[in-house]
Amino acid sequence: MTSSLHLWLIPLVPFAGFLVNGLLGRRFPKALVTTVAWVATLIPFLQVLNIALDFSSLTLPYTENDGTWITAGSFHADFAFALDQLTLIMLLVVTGVGFLIHLYSAGYMAHEDGYWRFFAYLNLFMFFMLTLVLAENFLLMFVGWEGVGLASYLLIGYYFTKDSAANAGLKAFVVNRIGDFGFLLAMFLLIAHFGTLSFGEVFNQIAQHPEWQGGFLTAIALFLILGATGKSAQIPLYVWLPDAMEGPTPVSALIHAATMVTAGVYMVSRAHVIFDRSPFALTTLALIGAATALFAATIGLVQTDIKRVLAYSTVSQLGYMFLACGVAAYSSGIFHLLTHAFFKALLFLAAGSVIHALGGEQDMRVMGGLWKKIPITFWTMTAAVFAICGIFPFAGFFSKDEILYQAFISPNPIGKLVWFVGLFTAGLTAFYMFRLWYLTFFGESRAPEPAHDDHGHGHAHGVHESPWIMLGPLVVLAILSVIGGWVGVPAALGGHSEITHFLAPATQPVGEAPEGPHSQELLLAVVSVATAGIGWFIAHLMYFMKPEVPKQLAARLHGLYELLLNKYWVDQLYGAVIVAPVLFFSRYALKGLFDTGVITGGSLALGYTTQGIGSLVQRVQSGNIRSYAGWLALGAAALLLLTYFGFGPHLTF
Amino acid sequence: MVPIAYYLVLSAILFSIGVAAFLIKRNIITIFMSIELMLNAVNLTFVAFAYQWHRVSGQIFVFFVMVVAAAEAAVGLAIIIALFRSRATLNVDQVDLMKL
Repeated sequence: MTSSLHLWLIPLVPFAGFLVNGLLGRRFPKALVTTVAWVATLIPFLQVLNIALDFSSLTLPYTENDGTWITAGSFHADFAFALDQLTLIMLLVVTGVGFLIHLYSAGYMAHEDGYWRFFAYLNLFMFFMLTLVLAENFLLMFVGWEGVGLASYLLIGYYFTKDSAANAGLKAFVVNRIGDFGFLLAMFLLIAHFGTLSFGEVFNQIAQHPEWQGGFLTAIALFLILGATGKSAQIPLYVWLPDAMEGPTPVSALIHAATMVTAGVYMVSRAHVIFDRSPFALTTLALIGAATALFAATIGLVQTDIKRVLAYSTVSQLGYMFLACGVAAYSSGIFHLLTHAFFKALLFLAAGSVIHALGGEQDMRVMGGLWKKIPITFWTMTAAVFAICGIFPFAGFFSKDEILYQAFISPNPIGKLVWFVGLFTAGLTAFYMFRLWYLTFFGESRAPEPAHDDHGHGHAHGVHESPWIMLGPLVVLAILSVIGGWVGVPAALGGHSEITHFLAPATQPVGEAPEGPHSQELLLAVVSVATAGIGWFIAHLMYFMKPEVPKQLAARLHGLYELLLNKYWVDQLYGAVIVAPVLFFSRYALKGLFDTGVITGGSLALGYTTQGIGSLVQRVQSGNIRSYAGWLALGAAALLLLTYFGFGPHLTF
Repeated sequence: MVPIAYYLVLSAILFSIGVAAFLIKRNIITIFMSIELMLNAVNLTFVAFAYQWHRVSGQIFVFFVMVVAAAEAAVGLAIIIALFRSRATLNVDQVDLMKL
């Protein structure tokens, strides 16, 4: 294939949409804003589909250089885009799910102020996310990386008149900056050691030097991990994601579940050549992933806000993906990324539909009994719940099972440990997801009468099913949540692990992938489904059969319950250990001492000195011509004397 | 032939008288005249040197000075008339509005 694919069009079309809506949208009618945003997302989606259909005829990896960006000595960074199997999967997820969420948003946001602003930001996000995915070098990837952070900030703070939303946006941005700092350091190290940031060149150089193990590669990998923990909400930088739920629900679905937060996983998979050389970094990654998966799942057990449960579930699922990357099973991580994008986007959108139905209510304690009132939302959400819990044959079963299996057979000594943590987390996941399911849809309605109509969507007239523009995407995603996993049916279940083979050229670590006997894989699958079943069963007992049990349990295990409810007091800990000292230092040392003392004091001193000198010298300007003339004569005389007597050879006139 | 020093001394004396008058006198017309005196003292120096060194440039420069002096006189006298009309005085010590 010689003709250009024009990859640059894929990110640029949404950017054009952003410009049109951002500059003119205020004056546009809503229908026009919607059309512009939809078209700007649909075109890249169709282009990606077109590429995907013709994919087998391409020579991979396909790269496209659209001009030089930076040249400094021997270093140069280009506007270069690359396409390989990994990119294609990401492109399909981002444009496909992105387009569905654009459709949904038109319904969900129909009654919001600043409708045009919302769609402009969404398109801006698409632009940066696609740049991130398509970039052929670390620097261009970083542009997308920062850009999605910006779009995320803008969308979290969409209701910027609300203090909590504005603060949440700020928190997301600042926490992400810490991760970005790691990414930057990694890039500096890459430049220092390789003299280039191009993926192809860096990975080639590594491939040519098999003796490079650990050392600076470990340093680069660890800094990249720091970057990934920021963007993908892993310990220790996960704190921003639950707060990010202040944004509108479609944003939570698109940015904080399906696409942006998976950027860390994508980046690690993209740079797997570096990670493969550093067992230490891989182990770190696996431990971070496992710890985050477990930690976030335990917090998710007791949250009462429907979106927060989903947020912690996202953090937990991202932990799975990191765990997969940590045992060098990158394709499993990407597989889970794919299925997770379907079912988590669906969970959020369905939750948004529930919230919409209840006129803005997000507290699960006042829901209940909704399944008859909003049946389509219920059934689609059910598909998503089954998928995330890993129930056969829903999408999550295959991807999660693949991860657990890869962890189990990994030669890494911690493989079994992270497998067990992952398995336990799967049980917890099933528990809190079915808890959400039961609390929302079953039992008696616990809504206080009459239904809230004070905020949110401003058109509360009883519980009502959402319009079809919202339900359509739900149905599509529900279908994908059911069948999405079938692209990776393992050999043990009679499939061919298509996605693993498909991704192999892009993500296969050097050397043979470990293989285990099929019977072992089947056994593990049964174990994990059984674990999920146990989680479901306990949730069924506690929230369906005996709804009074949770309260008693919370009372009996009061300390533990409080610990989980308050999210292990991590926010408070960070507040006390990091935020408070920084604030103290800024307020007293920087503001009090430096700003007030040096800057303000210095300029005041300068001003007063000038004024003092001025008040002395102003007497000279008397307005009296003869005194001026006198000074003039004096000066002329002085010059004359100077000329006559001189002050040395260099002062002659 | 008269030595050049004589011309220079005369010029210096005329210039000094001009400066002294400029500083001492209060009447603006007298001050104006003292400026003319200073200019002509300088002109005298130019002519003297031109004659001494047989160079014509000094002579030409004198013409320039005369032209400028004439223009200055025209403008200056106009200012003096305007000043007298508005303030009814020619005493420069009473014209000191331009100060802080």
